[in-house]
Amino acid sequence: MEQMIANGNMIPFEKGETVLTALKRAGIRVPTLCHIDCLPPVGACRICVVEDTATGQLIPSCSFPAAPGLSVATHSVKALKARKTIVELLLANHPDDCLYCDRNLNCDLQKLAEELGVRQRRISGERIAQFVDNSSPAIMRDPEKCILCGKCVRTCEEIQGVSALDFSGRGSKCKISTAFDQSLNLSTCVSCGQCVMACPTGALTERSSLREVMNALQDPKKTVVIQHAPAISVSLAEEFGLPAGSDIMGLMTAALKKIGFKAVFDTSFSADLTIMEEATELVERVTKKGVLPMITSCSPAWIKFAETFYPTVLPHLSTCKSPQQMLGAVIRHYWAGTQGIDKKAVYSVSAMPCTAKKFEAEREEMLVKGAPDIDAVLTTRELAKLIRMYSIELDKLEPAACDLPFGERSSAGKLFGASGGVMEAAIRTAHYLITGRELGNLVVAAVRSGVGLRETALTLNGLTLKAAVVSGLGNARKVLDEVAAGTSPYHFIEIMSCPGGCINGGGQPRGIDRENVKRRLAALYAIDAAATLRVSHKNRAVAELYEKFLGKPGGHTSHELLHTTYQARTDLL
Amino acid sequence: MNTMTEQVLTRYPGAGRDKLIPILQEVQEADGYISKEAVALIGRHLGVPASKIYGVATFYNQFRFTPKGKYHIMVCRGTACHVKGSADILERIERALKITAGETSRDGLFSIEVVACIGACGLAPVICVNGEYHGKLTGDAAEKIVKSYQQREATHGN
Repeated sequence: MEQMIANGNMIPFEKGETVLTALKRAGIRVPTLCHIDCLPPVGACRICVVEDTATGQLIPSCSFPAAPGLSVATHSVKALKARKTIVELLLANHPDDCLYCDRNLNCDLQKLAEELGVRQRRISGERIAQFVDNSSPAIMRDPEKCILCGKCVRTCEEIQGVSALDFSGRGSKCKISTAFDQSLNLSTCVSCGQCVMACPTGALTERSSLREVMNALQDPKKTVVIQHAPAISVSLAEEFGLPAGSDIMGLMTAALKKIGFKAVFDTSFSADLTIMEEATELVERVTKKGVLPMITSCSPAWIKFAETFYPTVLPHLSTCKSPQQMLGAVIRHYWAGTQGIDKKAVYSVSAMPCTAKKFEAEREEMLVKGAPDIDAVLTTRELAKLIRMYSIELDKLEPAACDLPFGERSSAGKLFGASGGVMEAAIRTAHYLITGRELGNLVVAAVRSGVGLRETALTLNGLTLKAAVVSGLGNARKVLDEVAAGTSPYHFIEIMSCPGGCINGGGQPRGIDRENVKRRLAALYAIDAAATLRVSHKNRAVAELYEKFLGKPGGHTSHELLHTTYQARTDLL
Repeated sequence: MNTMTEQVLTRYPGAGRDKLIPILQEVQEADGYISKEAVALIGRHLGVPASKIYGVATFYNQFRFTPKGKYHIMVCRGTACHVKGSADILERIERALKITAGETSRDGLFSIEVVACIGACGLAPVICVNGEYHGKLTGDAAEKIVKSYQQREATHGN
């Protein structure tokens, strides 16, 4: 390692690294706004400037290469003043209504202004009145709060390969827009919400369903139930200042009951149900020479991505609904009956780490006999807001258990929260279904480690199944190009829209923090390692549901309630 | 299908994103504007997302995204015309037609374009309607010209 100087001390760096990376390793924090850790630097916002002590010049640490002999002062008066001025310039045409903003107390820009001691509006710029785009069922865009850092553009293009957004116009008229400045619902936006995670201000938020849920909770004619996704219990803690990766399943369930939900169900249950349906579908496709490879259908942003960019791949998608929709369907069409409740009186809420789930819940294909499977979707962030709004103090609660029958789950279902989880759960069950024996070692390490594409092969009764796992839609493109060209070597592919899977979903606690995502992942694997029920096919509640209601996996009732269809959307720009 | 755009694209086989601007220029030359359909076709041909094409096209003043009106009014905002009050001329025309520069009226009759210099500084302030120049204007005169075209349409139709 080579050495450079920061604030008078030698710090090490690897050749090719930027000053920012070297500073980070040395434990010196320099604020950033436009920087995204896993992408090449752009140096657009200049908030990360440090002073080159030899020349007195300000250099952007995020894009300046570290070099031997370079000496920087990270917090010289000159650097601090420059940063403050930059924030003041960004605020020059920024709305002053922080109190009423979704990001109040949780905003990168507000935090910087506070840190750098901005106490007055020194610079006033011309403001251009712009419309809030609330056309999308998932994502709201308020261009007036945008500081043009370009993080959403780069996330959408470079990580997700969607490019629904880009800069348009020039100079003072420059803004972030879709093609032809159309509303988001007419664009190629897949609602994944990764832009919301990247946005440093309140310009991008989820479209909130809190009001509908609160109204339903107070409506005596409605039975309001909630399900929570596998990734929620290991992520929600961060919204309450607890360490990332804390599993607060029991406290969360207790809080939801206290708020007034009549029943709290675990979406991991229907993840097990999904595995039964999907494994059956896979076996059928393999044995009856159906369309292969089969691709998972749990991630609604991935579904819209396929419908928009890869319509020829649609026959490869599993027809299974996602666990959210499956559970919604069985709650309304089975559970309501067992409780003596009119199925129309059930108001079904889901808590999801995802913004695209809001889009999925509104899909017309998800109507069964005119009734939606899910009435309202809350993101992890909204769930935290709901708990705060009802003045629930988590630390004063006794942990509670989820309600039966949809509270019982295998840890395989819980693994759905991570990229590779669906595959691991499916392999565990497929092994049993085909060979009649359990997998020797339940941990499928090949699909767990690493980023990007992971592959594994499984030989069952002389039949070799090749499987692949990929997360992040940008990473998925290569795999999909092969599928579209008919050259894909796989039988089964798991695709999750967000890098790392639902634990890094667009509805999760804000910010792109890979470390927190790793901790959430570790928490899921710890839950699996400690569980006694680790395979979906041993979930008794799922077996009972088939016995009493659904018949057999892939049967008539299943097809009516648990399977769906897709539509090509090639008309979107 | 947008055959004009397709014709332009056949002249650029296997082209990459570096050919985007010349293609946009030729498409506008052929169609009079850049339509959504054209952007979709260009995007597919070059492998460039539509948002990116729109971003590039809006960066330059030369591209328009609505068809020109039957009467295309170019308002000169060059230095000489500016000194002679072209800002007022533009405002009067915009108000008379209830559209702003870059737009086309709903009936498709009028469109306004702001140009940097028409090269007729001796006539400042000047506008040009379908190649016909009107110089040494005042706000009232400009409005009158617009009205005369409106009247012509009302009496002759088509």
